[in-house]
Amino acid sequence: MDGYFGSYLLVAVLLALGVGIVAVALTANRLLRPSRPTAEKLIAYECGVDPVGEGWAQSQIRYYVFIYLYVVFAVDAVFLFPWATVFAAPGFGMTTLVEMFVFLGFIALGIVYSWRKRVLTWT
Amino acid sequence: MLDILLHFAAILLLFLLLPLIVGQTEHKVMAHMQSRLGPMYAGGFHGWAQLIADGVKFAQKEDIIPAGADRRVFMIAPGVALVPYLVVLIVIPLDDGFVGVDLDVGLFFALAVMGVGVLGSIMAGWASANKFSVLGGMRSAAQLMSYELPLVLAASSVAMAAGTLSIPGIVEAWQWWWLPWQAIGAVVFFVAGLAELRRPPFDMPIAESEIIMGPMTEYTGMRFALFMLAEYVGIVVLSLLTTVLFLGGWQGPLLPGWLWTLVKVGALSFVVIWLRVSYPRLREDQLQRLAWVGLVPLALVQLALTGVVKVLSL
Repeated sequence: MDGYFGSYLLVAVLLALGVGIVAVALTANRLLRPSRPTAEKLIAYECGVDPVGEGWAQSQIRYYVFIYLYVVFAVDAVFLFPWATVFAAPGFGMTTLVEMFVFLGFIALGIVYSWRKRVLTWT
Repeated sequence: MLDILLHFAAILLLFLLLPLIVGQTEHKVMAHMQSRLGPMYAGGFHGWAQLIADGVKFAQKEDIIPAGADRRVFMIAPGVALVPYLVVLIVIPLDDGFVGVDLDVGLFFALAVMGVGVLGSIMAGWASANKFSVLGGMRSAAQLMSYELPLVLAASSVAMAAGTLSIPGIVEAWQWWWLPWQAIGAVVFFVAGLAELRRPPFDMPIAESEIIMGPMTEYTGMRFALFMLAEYVGIVVLSLLTTVLFLGGWQGPLLPGWLWTLVKVGALSFVVIWLRVSYPRLREDQLQRLAWVGLVPLALVQLALTGVVKVLSL
């Protein structure tokens, strides 16, 4: 159980255990519960009043812009992790620190830009 | 082999027992903060068995799936919400040398797997064939998107300080003066984590006064119980992660290491409950604003601080 694949094998075993726990809970529920469906019972609850129209209604999702922002910044943030472990190693020091400020500058500039473009507020 | 079995037993015990303790504590602490008594009947002594009674009730309840629902997605959503939190526990050390597996990229793994849990709530919202649930699911998605960034930035600040992504490695490198040094990062991480768990005051996705119960509206019985369990396991996982990253995990005087970990986790869980009682719910736009205008810049400041101190102190 050592080495790269060994440790991820253990992760997979735990994942299987988790799926097993959920399966056991739902099976116990299946054995213990009554099942008497009626047409009224199977109507979507919504807010307690009989639903009007389809279940999937159209609505304006104003925060879709945040998704773009997130994708841009998250890709940047992923680069931080490999860099974070070596940036202070011997022979790097000051150079990587300056690089970090350039990087932070880009992210900060992006946020200031989206803030100025009024993406972060809605009325 | 015995070693591995012991670790798995500890993880399962943690996974099944701690959420119940946190849940019961929440019942009682919330009640007393609001000048009520909370559960008093079940089990006799101060209602200690209330959650066990709840579990028995949930197991016997009829499982209703709305006729219009997307059945298969509806049925597996609670599992998708719950299982990732179990898997995360494998990389979190409880004591010196007591960890499921010490992955080289443990921190990265933990953050990635924690993000999967939110998918359960999006799936539930979409599959319910309920307008309010779809809204709740969308809000969950937006919240994950906004708060994942400060979470990741604050976590990478610790990785920079420790020079490793292995979580036991981070705890070993931890010194007491990291507390003031990483304080901003710790607050950002904890707040962003709370928002990812959709706990009050960040519970806009399930805001019961406007969208009923959000993605969970149509759920009953065991599947609803699994969602509830996921929420409380989430609190435990977030407290554990904050403990090992920012509070030194098992490190501390006098007491044995595993007890220190549990004490810190207990204290953080109490803070989670306390915040729920103290703050009103943030409106959707305030919530997004806090992430982008508040937490992300703070996390960037923390990154700069970490970098400067680390390079200058060499």
